[in-house]
Amino acid sequence: MDFTFSDDQLEFTDTVAKFLRKEVTPTLIRSLWETEDGRSPELAAKLAELGLPALSVPEALGGLGLGDVDWLPLAREFGYSALPDALLDTAWLAAGALAEDTGNPVCAELLTAIAAGEARIAVGHPANPLVEDAHRADRLLLLHDDGLHLVPASEVRLEARGSLDPSRRLFAVGWQPRAETRLTADPRVAARLFDRGALAVAAQLVGLSQRILDLSTQYTGERQQFGKAIGTFQAVKHRLADVAVLVEFAKPVLERAAYALANGDPLAPVFVSHARVAAGDAAAAAARNGIQVHGAIGYTWELDLQIFMKRIWALDGAWGPRRFHKARVSDFVVDRAGGLDPGDLFAAAS
Amino acid sequence: MRLHFTEAQRAFRAEVRAWLEANVPAEPLEDFDTEAGFTQHRLWERTLSDGGWGMVTWPKAYGGRGCDLIEWLIFEEEYWRAGAPARVNQNGLFLLGPTLMEYGTEEQKRRFLPAMASGEEVWAQGWSEPGAGSDMAAIRCTAVRDGDHYVINGQKTWSTRARWADWLFGLFRSDPASSRHRGLTFLLVPLRSPGVTVRPIRQLNGLPGFAEIFFDDVRVPVDNRLADEGAGWQVAMATAGFERGLMLRSPARFQQTARRLVQLYNERRAEADMDPAIRDAVVRAWMGAEAYTLSTYATASRLIKGGHIGAEASLTKVFWSELDQRMHETAMAILGAEAELLPDGGGDESRSWLEGFLFAQAGPIYAGTNEIQRNIIAERLLGMPRA
Repeated sequence: MDFTFSDDQLEFTDTVAKFLRKEVTPTLIRSLWETEDGRSPELAAKLAELGLPALSVPEALGGLGLGDVDWLPLAREFGYSALPDALLDTAWLAAGALAEDTGNPVCAELLTAIAAGEARIAVGHPANPLVEDAHRADRLLLLHDDGLHLVPASEVRLEARGSLDPSRRLFAVGWQPRAETRLTADPRVAARLFDRGALAVAAQLVGLSQRILDLSTQYTGERQQFGKAIGTFQAVKHRLADVAVLVEFAKPVLERAAYALANGDPLAPVFVSHARVAAGDAAAAAARNGIQVHGAIGYTWELDLQIFMKRIWALDGAWGPRRFHKARVSDFVVDRAGGLDPGDLFAAAS
Repeated sequence: MRLHFTEAQRAFRAEVRAWLEANVPAEPLEDFDTEAGFTQHRLWERTLSDGGWGMVTWPKAYGGRGCDLIEWLIFEEEYWRAGAPARVNQNGLFLLGPTLMEYGTEEQKRRFLPAMASGEEVWAQGWSEPGAGSDMAAIRCTAVRDGDHYVINGQKTWSTRARWADWLFGLFRSDPASSRHRGLTFLLVPLRSPGVTVRPIRQLNGLPGFAEIFFDDVRVPVDNRLADEGAGWQVAMATAGFERGLMLRSPARFQQTARRLVQLYNERRAEADMDPAIRDAVVRAWMGAEAYTLSTYATASRLIKGGHIGAEASLTKVFWSELDQRMHETAMAILGAEAELLPDGGGDESRSWLEGFLFAQAGPIYAGTNEIQRNIIAERLLGMPRA
């Protein structure tokens, strides 16, 4: 039993975090809001230089051969910086699905291209009516009744749809499944893709919550009313303390979910849904209390707080809204949890 | 990250389970806040200790078993699963014990820890005073140095277990000219000393779980001082950290409550589902207990690797105390008209829930109120300005 990240994982996360804090500034995010496609090829190239697209690609194909546990702290940092790029869809979700043993020869070629930062894959799932970054994708990984399809960008019709979060570029995708586009009919691959999507959202929500805590702590330490910093008032302190509690107790739930997913634990879907609910609750509280302690300035376009609040509100419906995940946990708890043994906490053990 | 129990850890669990199955009394003991119950619980501590289970994380030389924190969590899970008696010496085992381990001299450890592990000496707490509750630094009870003794005068209150306990640990003002958190000293005081008057205070359940203690020229040897004179605040903060953090409220207790709540909900689902919020609360109880357990395993892993717990203990205390309150409120909501019934009123099923419900009301108050914990979180973890 070792419930800690390795030194390698922590060091890599630290490197990525420092990069994101330097490069992905609110100024950059706002400037990309004003552009047609909303994305920065320069930023994408730098992220590739860090090795991020190669993370889930097997070593034999030029990748790092890592997985869900390694992605978790990185995805938190992506959330913290409100990264304006759906890199996780290509590098964690799609690469994770392609790296499964589907027996389809196209996978190896595509994974090699992903690792080199030369292929972008958008991911579509019925849980999300729209597909993010479909306009930048070389291929789209799309779920149909008969399985997962890998569809060339030339075969889809895209229609842009606006999001509350101007960084999110969403598209309605029109396409026809063909026998040749089908990657796999194995529903387990699609199920794991969904769980990975939900966990990626959960991780970003935790990072976003932390960002709002940091912004709010800073602001309330500076803003003066009644002759002192408003952060000295308990009513203000306790709102942020409540968020800190929720964030702190969401983290290990996410870590168990990532570990379960990476190790094929049969309870992984329940653990992922628990993580998604915990992260969603924390993030909703962070946004609600974050704007409250900022007062009127928090309600402006000018303040950068909006970047992070809007990402929270937008992501909270992605990869299954909280109600879906709550229901999945609920069914498990009511049917099975009463009979669980304390030793079953980490079900992968059995 | 390796979230598997090892073979050795599973074998340890099996060993604990087998011993508890063979030794846990078939009939529940009387409440330990009754005279008869206190004696029964002290005997149970002796049985545990004879089996080598008195305090598994301590070194063998001090009456322990030399286990690590993961084994401690496994032991606790099995202990609660088995429905074993509550630990009458929890003030000693979970609060003073770890404090002694950190601040005690070798002589003090050998003098006090084995007798604590065996239940031979049961400990009470002496923190609060009539004028020093949440504001603990307002302590006025004095301990004046007189040769190789301290002479204690004043009053402590809300002293848990003091009615029948043997010893008390607490914080006293050794420098009469001092104020706030300076000039305080951490002392170990025999409750049978001349000049000590213990007056029981009945708690919400009617039993004398608290006492107030009056000190009238009580002489305590200097050897009973933990750490330096005047360093008491620092020692007390360490004790409070153990109280809020890892030891006192191990997650097994909340996991057990969550499992029982799920069972209660399933037994009475037709009535419970009249309010959909009840099912939601049951699911949230389970999620909360899991989160607390996972967090504790993560903390234990960090500590094993040489990490420390500081102000994060305040996050933990807020989380478990409010979880416990919500879980018991949910049980009461499911039980409906039966919820109020005492055992002699026919409330066999509600009895354990009712006891737990009352006790859960204390959680957000003791070990530093949750308002104080939220201040600590805001100031020490988030870095918000002090008032």
